[in-house]
Amino acid sequence: MSATTLERRRRRAAARWRRLQESPRPVIYVGAGSCGLAAGAGVLLEGVSDYLEERGVDAEIVRVGCIGPCYLEPLLDVQLPDRSRLSYANMTPELAAKTLDALFAGEVPKRHLVGHLGDGEYGGDANGVPRFADHPMLARQVRIALRNCGIIDPEEVDHYLARGGYRAIARCLDMPWRDLIDLVRRSGLRGRGGAGFPTWQKWTFCRETESDERYLICNADEGDPGAFMNRSLIEGDPHAVLEGMLIAAYAIGASHGYVYIRAEYPLAIRRLRSAMAAMSKLGLLGEGVLGSSFSFDITIKEGAGAFVCGEETALMASIEGRRGMPRTRPPFPAVSGLWGKPTIINNVETLATLPAIVANGPDWYAGFGTASSKGTKAFSLVGKVRRTGLIEVPFGTTLRTVIYDIGGGLAKDFKAVQTGGPSGGCLGEEFLDTPIDYENLAAAGSIMGSGGLIVIDRDTCVVDTARYFLSFTQTESCGKCVPCRVGTRHLVGILDSICEGKGELADLDRLERLARVVKSSALCGLGQTAPNPVLSALKYFRGEFVEHIQDKRCRAAVCRDLVEYRIIPGRCTGCQRCVQVCPTGAITGPRAEVHNLDPDKCIKCRSCYEVCRFDAIAGDAIVIESGGRHAD
Amino acid sequence: MAATARTRRASGDSQRGAKPTDPWAGIMRGMEGSRSDLVPVLQRTQAAFGYLSPDSVRRIARRLRLSESEVFGVATFYSQFRFTPPGRHRLRVCLGTACHVKGGVQMLETLERRLEIRPGETTADGEYDLERVMCLGCCALAPVVTLDEAAYAQMSVLKLQGILDERDHA
Repeated sequence: MSATTLERRRRRAAARWRRLQESPRPVIYVGAGSCGLAAGAGVLLEGVSDYLEERGVDAEIVRVGCIGPCYLEPLLDVQLPDRSRLSYANMTPELAAKTLDALFAGEVPKRHLVGHLGDGEYGGDANGVPRFADHPMLARQVRIALRNCGIIDPEEVDHYLARGGYRAIARCLDMPWRDLIDLVRRSGLRGRGGAGFPTWQKWTFCRETESDERYLICNADEGDPGAFMNRSLIEGDPHAVLEGMLIAAYAIGASHGYVYIRAEYPLAIRRLRSAMAAMSKLGLLGEGVLGSSFSFDITIKEGAGAFVCGEETALMASIEGRRGMPRTRPPFPAVSGLWGKPTIINNVETLATLPAIVANGPDWYAGFGTASSKGTKAFSLVGKVRRTGLIEVPFGTTLRTVIYDIGGGLAKDFKAVQTGGPSGGCLGEEFLDTPIDYENLAAAGSIMGSGGLIVIDRDTCVVDTARYFLSFTQTESCGKCVPCRVGTRHLVGILDSICEGKGELADLDRLERLARVVKSSALCGLGQTAPNPVLSALKYFRGEFVEHIQDKRCRAAVCRDLVEYRIIPGRCTGCQRCVQVCPTGAITGPRAEVHNLDPDKCIKCRSCYEVCRFDAIAGDAIVIESGGRHAD
Repeated sequence: MAATARTRRASGDSQRGAKPTDPWAGIMRGMEGSRSDLVPVLQRTQAAFGYLSPDSVRRIARRLRLSESEVFGVATFYSQFRFTPPGRHRLRVCLGTACHVKGGVQMLETLERRLEIRPGETTADGEYDLERVMCLGCCALAPVVTLDEAAYAQMSVLKLQGILDERDHA
């Protein structure tokens, strides 16, 4: 298919898209990403189709990707004829039936209503339906990489085409590659995988290396615990990533590409495969893309579960069928990569951003962000914030805006935010007004990373959190270099003893010294960044480490060896619920009398605490405390 | 002699036409027999048999012209691969960051106590596998436990016990 034929197809697709928007039948959209499905979108879909069948309603159901506010999942959007989409949150089949009943009867139920997706007022009358875009979680977002997520059906290439998809690659094919790389240079785009290396520069190194073959790899091996930007993006808009691959491949002169994706993301893999099949039909893959002299093929490689494979050289070793261990650089992959050929590895988000940059121009993109970090960045906002989910904001947005305005703040006192996952740092209150960009986070001792933002409150122990991240990287260390293999193990060992109340003050200096050695001498990014969580925690929360060591106290009442379970006599009604659930017989006492908890038998499994909290007659009679303070 | 044997085997295959096809044909389909096929071949083998047996490793080594130790070396590097037959049901506890701060460890310990196995093991009756996973990507629903394809969100020790009780009685 040539570029002209594609334009014809786009006009048809646009007409189809418009018909869906202006459908004379009701259209129901369900967010069916992995997260939505886990929250019950599958059951909801079944429930809604049963409902429609029973009532004999002629309506269309569209499965869309994730629009971002995970805490509202499952989301149900209903579009009535001549009206914009109304979005309802936390739907179950029963709630959906009630809501649909009311809507079909001409009312707009306000319970569970988030807003409508149109511009202006809903249905033209002032019936007080807010705009979805004005919802505090969305109002401050600028969605460029995530532009289509939750809006289109990811399995319909026509939806992508109707929203301007594949226009950017058609434009690129008319451009000399140098102009394309220059365009990306002017946009200021930097790699979104974490390190933030300028994309155009990496491309130039690759393109200027003489070779008969070059490769492009899309890095979708998203392994950070607590980060799911790439999964959501591929599930919600696979074509954006694939069009980005075409653009990058054209720029660097690659004829073969790979998507290296975690096998744990089956839905994303399925969506990629179906999108690639659609591309082939449209002449967007294979020999002579859109009738040009540029040819490109893509192979999907499923990762087999190794965090270190997110590192470029380890990832390539894995594709080559070897143990996924990194090697020293230089030579950099851009010069000598896969099978010794120049190779570019770009992150999913970097690639998905490219079509938007080409379509809207580099100046438009560079208009967002700060002096050194241009554009926008997607973050997965999780932990103890009220509104969790996937967001995209311009660089330069402060952590306070992200956590309080977008995330809705915390139920309890803010303690810290961990950026960059296990490679990043733990930043306290003094950083809340820091604008987020690559340089600021690095200066604070953290990193941007791939975009995980984990918010912790006063009930989370920073020592335990540092230990958690260190034990993650320790487990995932590939074992090739000594600093990482042995160093991380000793770091975890020292942190373990502090959490167990067996630490000594000299341990803190040991931790710091060892952390610096590992950071400066490890072979790859995994080892070099692994000490960041402990270094930043020591820097900003040293007092909590000292408390663990000197007072044998964990102020968050988390570290198991430093907490005790206690029954508060005045609150215990002797209901015996805890006696029944205790697996070790540590709690005793006859009915209607205050129970007794034997600390020697207690294994701190939490069963009694939960049952007292949620099931017991009085409730909250059992507390977990450390040094006199208990979590509430 | 060798040629005859091959011919006989080939004709034998065609006579068995109605019988289930050799899983190895599916595993090797589309593969070039090069080194870079190793991980995909291991993945297909595990999908077909549930685990990588010593016999499977031997066959793969022969087909890809690698030594058994090389195949084994690659397979043991990646956490996806298992070397013992799986149980009938797969329990996975997410210990990603969000699940960790919301009590994922307690979920794992509850299951360890109840099933009397450690992560990576299978119960004696072959009913359950227990695995710990780093982030299933649904952090907003933490802590998460999955049983086969079903994900259970916002778990607590008691909810988890309840789910297992119900299954035991069923």
